Amino acid sequence: MSGDGGVRGWIKRWSRRGFLQATAWGGGGLIVGRAGVGAAYGDPLPNGGRGATAATMDRLPLTLRVNGETMTLAVDPRTTLLDVLRNHLGLTGTKKGCDMGACGACTVHIDGRRVLSCLTIAAAAEGNAITSIEGLASGEGLHPMQAAFIAHDAFQCGYCTPGQIMSAVALVEEGHAGSAADIREFMSGNICRCGAYNNIVDAVQSVAKHQAAGRG
Amino acid sequence: MHPFRYARLADLAAALTAAKDSTAEFLAGGTDMLQLLKDDIRRPARLLDLGGIAELQGIEAGPSGLRLGALARMSDVAEHPVVKAEYPVLSQALLASASPQVRNMGTMGGNLLQRTRCLYFRDIATPCNRRIPDSGCGALNGENRLHAILGGSDHCVATHPSDLAVALVALDAVLVAQSLGGKRRIPVEAFHLAPGETPDRETALAPGEIITAVEVPATAFARRSLYYKVRDRASFEFALAAAAVALDLGEGRIREARVALGGVATKPWRAHSVEAALRGAPLERAAFETAASHAADGAQVLAQNGFKVALVQRAVLHALVTLGT
Repeated sequence: MSGDGGVRGWIKRWSRRGFLQATAWGGGGLIVGRAGVGAAYGDPLPNGGRGATAATMDRLPLTLRVNGETMTLAVDPRTTLLDVLRNHLGLTGTKKGCDMGACGACTVHIDGRRVLSCLTIAAAAEGNAITSIEGLASGEGLHPMQAAFIAHDAFQCGYCTPGQIMSAVALVEEGHAGSAADIREFMSGNICRCGAYNNIVDAVQSVAKHQAAGRG
Repeated sequence: MHPFRYARLADLAAALTAAKDSTAEFLAGGTDMLQLLKDDIRRPARLLDLGGIAELQGIEAGPSGLRLGALARMSDVAEHPVVKAEYPVLSQALLASASPQVRNMGTMGGNLLQRTRCLYFRDIATPCNRRIPDSGCGALNGENRLHAILGGSDHCVATHPSDLAVALVALDAVLVAQSLGGKRRIPVEAFHLAPGETPDRETALAPGEIITAVEVPATAFARRSLYYKVRDRASFEFALAAAAVALDLGEGRIREARVALGGVATKPWRAHSVEAALRGAPLERAAFETAASHAADGAQVLAQNGFKVALVQRAVLHALVTLGT
């Protein structure tokens, strides 16, 4: 393996977190979302350093549309959309779980479709409308799915919750909330280690019923 | 991830020119490619994004069949009303694949070109003949519960992971492959290669060729078709055994049949001996049992995967009983 496991891996991860915090504070706040953000903060190693070669690559200029705002930045071509959101734009609501497409914690919407930001090269999302969990609420008002997750106690530790909510919002739009069985099947891309599944299904059903009633 | 340069290709002509570059890889949905890049299994100098190429998009349904653009998304094909009504095995196989997010990203061409999920292939600390020719196989005498009972060799026993490909084999589907030299059609059944002595050679796609579309003919058996997948958990899991079955019935008998298997073989596996037993057979359970008993003909089992013989026979039987009664 590439030496990322065990004690050495811990040290590497700690170092990286420390580095990120230092740059965040030193730079006067990450949530800037304007020209040159990525370049100003330096690129954390794409893919969290796993199996990576720390070679210098030309930066790729990018213009991304995130939550209705146009962001201009420059990144290593290897950078995933997940790492751009979290490390370059300071939108840390989107979570990194497995970083391999298996857990769903990084789910965002691209042009209204739920996708995995950890398996999306950021450059490939140029020109599309990207929505992260931060873009779901309108002002201070929660999205109905966010409110339903709170009302139904649909989380414990909360780490998977942004991905669960992004997935759930899309699922209702897709018309896959017809039954509890359908909801379970079509939420299968989002893993919850705390096991809040029953309450997640309740939350999704409550939103689906409310929307169906609203349309009827 | 090894460093690469990224570029977006404008049209098919640009892609065909780029296809000659052996240091480049194409990016479609990215769900398999990103994993291979992150695991350092693929180390391209250039990553070329096909996403904007109009010629590779689209789902067309007509009287002669379906034309699925190579970049058509798995979820869009699965939910297409004509696919659901007239090619149910295709819709069902896609909906049994991966997760909704992956299906929103994954494409027809990318799915058919995905690499195996064998644990040894994915773990670059272990030998794997498919990843590095002649480095050895960890699975033959290792953890091989998930591995193939059909089509294996002394070099590789990894199962082919695609549900889509199994359904396409049962539908007599054909791939359109294009290069600067022209266009050719390859039956999906002939596209994936058994490992033999060259497991690193996985498909019939030649250097310089790209898949532009999948064509599914309108057949008498497509409408009465089914995908039945058995796996370790209810969803978001690869098949232990899967059966794609399509039947054309008439006068209480089976006129024509297609049976393809997933999860048990090194490539999407057409079960010719099951089909032969079904042709002309009456719609009776005994006939289905006889036919299904041939599902694992030629099987060679490893230490941990012997259970797949009965499992795949029963999966085929279940599909036949469901469709034929």
